[in-house]
Amino acid sequence: MNTNLYKYILGIADNSLILGQRMGALTGHGPSLETDIACTNISLDLFGQVRSYYQYAAKIKGDNTTEDDIAFLRKEREYLNVLLVEQPDTHFGFTIARQFLFDTYHFLFLEELEKSHDITLSAIAKKSIKEVSYHRRFSSDWVKRLGDGTAVSHEKIQEAINVLWTYTDELFHQTEADKVMVKENIGVDVTTLKDQYYTNVETILNEATLEVPESKWFQKGGKEGIHTEHLGYLLSDLQYMQRTYPNMEW
Amino acid sequence: MTKKNWPLWEVFVRSKNGLEHRHFGSLHAADEEMALENARDVYTRRSEGVSIWVVESKNITASNPENNGELFEPAQDKVYRHPTFYDLPDEVKHM
Repeated sequence: MNTNLYKYILGIADNSLILGQRMGALTGHGPSLETDIACTNISLDLFGQVRSYYQYAAKIKGDNTTEDDIAFLRKEREYLNVLLVEQPDTHFGFTIARQFLFDTYHFLFLEELEKSHDITLSAIAKKSIKEVSYHRRFSSDWVKRLGDGTAVSHEKIQEAINVLWTYTDELFHQTEADKVMVKENIGVDVTTLKDQYYTNVETILNEATLEVPESKWFQKGGKEGIHTEHLGYLLSDLQYMQRTYPNMEW
Repeated sequence: MTKKNWPLWEVFVRSKNGLEHRHFGSLHAADEEMALENARDVYTRRSEGVSIWVVESKNITASNPENNGELFEPAQDKVYRHPTFYDLPDEVKHM
């Protein structure tokens, strides 16, 4: 098995799985029927992407591994998503800020992944980018609406941006698998996306009349499997069915 | 906190090029841009359409159901307004 490629795929896919689970958990709890459906749509887009990645990863792993095994039967430390996407929905401002900070990265990332020499990854990126382009539009619009909305909405979205800011730098960290994949022209060199990312984020924050946080203290660890306390709770929800009724199928 | 509802919008979707936009339903949104996005999410998520129109419901002038008698009933006994009194030649099929 090509361990680096396997880990590399999980590193991409786990972001979408965990963020998809966060957005999906809002079903029926959105602030309005329309935003509720929008959040669920985003969740379904992300799960669709996850399936393609996991099916590919399962093939690489062999041993009759299935996409479901990868999604539902790993332990917390084996999930390689960034810390940003596992952060909780403290309030709607957090939902939007988390989505916005991730979408901005996700779009830049997929643009590069489309050029991968691995045709499967390139094809998944090509298919996903239209979806993510809409996600980015949705979350950017909402950052602006909340930012230049009322005093309360401004304060709440600023609070969320400030709290989540510390998780943005990790998006541009390279794992060992990343480095090997970049060398083989399969992976994306995320360090090259960083400047464009912060420029794009700052443009939207300015339009939204929000402050760009100045803090330079950043958290990391998710890409190596070291997570915040929130992921365990999320996984216990996500894995409940497979753990309680092993091998159940729909 | 007072809860104020966003205004109501009517959504029209064209399902295929060449067909007309048809009324699909309504939704709430703060402005026209959000109305379009909401319409996309609520009404076209199963690829129902290729084009969307939204119009704020208050801009629609509707007939009053109380006036249905004078507006619509007079047409009911005027069968001669339907082209049903012609003998169609057999060659004309799709009428």
